[in-house]
Amino acid sequence: MVSAGAGNKKAFGLDRGSNNYSDLEYAEVIIVAGANVSETFPTLTHWIWKARDRGAKLIVIDPRVIPLARTADLHLDVKPGTDSALYGAMLNYLHEKDLLDHDFINNHTSGFEETLAAVKTHTLSWAEQVTGIQKEKIQQAAEWWGKAKTSFLLHARGIEHHSKGVDNVVGCINLVLATGRIGKPYCGYATITGQGNGQGGREHGHKCDQLPGNRDITNPEHRKYIADVWGIEEKDLPGKGLSAYEIIEAIHRGEIKGLLTICFNPLVSLPNSNYVREALEKLEYYVAIDFFLNETARHADLVLAGSLQEEEEGTTTSAEGRVIKINKAIDPPGDAKTDTSIILELASRLGAKDKFTYENSEAIFNELRVASKGGTADYYGITYQRIVENMGMFWPCPSLDHPGTPRLWEDRKFKTPDGKAHFNPAPYRPPGEVTDNEYPVVLTTGRVVSQYLSGTQTRRIGKLVGQYPEPQLEIHPELALKFGIEQREVVKVSTRRGEGLFPANIVDTIRKDTVFIPYHWPGKLSANLLTPGTLDPVSKIPEFKVCACKLEPQGHIAPPAEKSSAFKSS
Amino acid sequence: MREENVSNVNMEFFVDMQRCIGCKACEMACAECETNGHESMIHVNYVDRAHTIQTTVQVCMHCEDPVCANVCPADAISKDEFGIVHTANSERCIGCSNCVQACPFGVPKKQESYDLMMKCNMCFDRTSIGKKPMCATVCPSGALYFGTREEIAEMRPNSTPVKRFVFGEEIVNTKVNLMMPKGSTELKVF
Repeated sequence: MVSAGAGNKKAFGLDRGSNNYSDLEYAEVIIVAGANVSETFPTLTHWIWKARDRGAKLIVIDPRVIPLARTADLHLDVKPGTDSALYGAMLNYLHEKDLLDHDFINNHTSGFEETLAAVKTHTLSWAEQVTGIQKEKIQQAAEWWGKAKTSFLLHARGIEHHSKGVDNVVGCINLVLATGRIGKPYCGYATITGQGNGQGGREHGHKCDQLPGNRDITNPEHRKYIADVWGIEEKDLPGKGLSAYEIIEAIHRGEIKGLLTICFNPLVSLPNSNYVREALEKLEYYVAIDFFLNETARHADLVLAGSLQEEEEGTTTSAEGRVIKINKAIDPPGDAKTDTSIILELASRLGAKDKFTYENSEAIFNELRVASKGGTADYYGITYQRIVENMGMFWPCPSLDHPGTPRLWEDRKFKTPDGKAHFNPAPYRPPGEVTDNEYPVVLTTGRVVSQYLSGTQTRRIGKLVGQYPEPQLEIHPELALKFGIEQREVVKVSTRRGEGLFPANIVDTIRKDTVFIPYHWPGKLSANLLTPGTLDPVSKIPEFKVCACKLEPQGHIAPPAEKSSAFKSS
Repeated sequence: MREENVSNVNMEFFVDMQRCIGCKACEMACAECETNGHESMIHVNYVDRAHTIQTTVQVCMHCEDPVCANVCPADAISKDEFGIVHTANSERCIGCSNCVQACPFGVPKKQESYDLMMKCNMCFDRTSIGKKPMCATVCPSGALYFGTREEIAEMRPNSTPVKRFVFGEEIVNTKVNLMMPKGSTELKVF
């Protein structure tokens, strides 16, 4: 589901970025780990530059020289799948040089000794061997981080989409806690969410182990409270469900026979797309709700035309935990309906009309306010009117006179059972698939700025397609030479799961042992034909970011990108 | 109207290439404008993609003595009293592309479909009524900024705006500023 969410809950007992981005402005050191901010969250760039204009040092951790890394003070070109080794070595170094905040560690945290013991073998030299980053660079990063008075650490899918995504997240949090720089002005830590409302969705029930307010669906008190709000018996609430990829696996096992999806295109967005396709073909009945007919919806028995964000009123919650109002600008065209009205109609047909009697979107939000009240993600004090008046409100906001909480943990009262922030041991372990003689090259995947997620919206917009018409294989010249690959030559990339054909883009801006393919395209252009469905044991997120592949040049040069099939309707 | 224009003389354009992240939000915003026939008048280019991710973003620099206008045989390009160098007059432009060849910044482009040179006019329809150019309003990284010299000096103490460019023996003074390392006075291109 969400490695950042799972890691934040382990460490803080609450799933939200700890600060709003204005805390970046006077941070002395900024670490951006596994986040191609310039292409996936461009508006964050100007906050980072604001800090740099005031002398902040920027450390970017990424296997590629992403646009933000080009001008960074330090670029740690980490080998995919080895992030936790880097964080472990940095923590070890902070301990060795005593660059720790002992007061904070002693008074406000638990688990430090075990966490430190777990990385005592993670020396700089060892980390250089594992991560491929020069030890001098790791040392420099740890020195800057250890000696800073203010700082901000940001991370995203680059460290989270791993079979040890939660380890990577807590590894980052350990560095923040060790230096005590949280809950104070210009001292911050946050995950950068990957899509609009990526934060809000996961607070109130998108995740299969949750109830509204980020409550736990297995907790009897939480179940009772929500059952009362909804006017049902507690026993009628389902138990913990399956995460997205586990649903695909359960379909394969024959345990799930029917599927209802909303704005979901797993044929493009989930790993091992051949396996996903087989699952879709096994379904007895599949209903897809979406605003355009995406590749997955083509497998549906019934497609319901839903709505775009512009066609419906509601709220979204930003990566900062700021609740923002969305206003309807136009009506859904033709027979399309708003997503809400489809869900209400379904409820009615299923015999629960009396439980879904909302006059408007504000009435739904008001129910959510009550349902979230007392939970960690408490929206009770946030109303439509207050959102508009304040240009957004930060949760937790437990009462109507509460100003909201842009910066968490100023009171040092963490939401864990013991009220302390938890260090969590995160010793290095290898990724789910490592390179060997048959599959000798590391493959990592990601995004480009002109496409959004599975491309259901953006692959239909000519100028955006024109900006980056087809997925290219980014490869270092030395690796290209080794395999005899020419610029724009078509390369067959295969893994144990599938194969695809991609034109090579030979660039110095990537590690010599790693290739990169962006994932937004379907069918034969899908990077997710290649990626593995290995899941993080805690968060259940698949390992999109690292696997082993084989490269075979095909002996012919791809036609110019502007003649790409991407411009044709599939 | 006249007063509004005068009051906006204090707002200037500042371009900072090191901040460009190549997202092309500026191109998309520019191309939304009907005035340009939905063509972008701002150009984002990779410098040398094989070796760097660096991109450049080019608006018209609005030269004091615009070479594009000087070399135009049809007198189709004019600079107005506010220092804005405009797209070629469609009745006069003969599509010879002299301006395209002459501009030291590579700004004018001949649009073959219209047989007309088109270029950035700093969103004169917007800036003349106190609004910022579209590209500068959407840039997420601060590579494009439209405001006063005082604002930019306060925001970016490590940079100095430069509007004097030396191309060999040719000196070009512009209306648009390029952000350079602190203390710079000109950009020399050899």
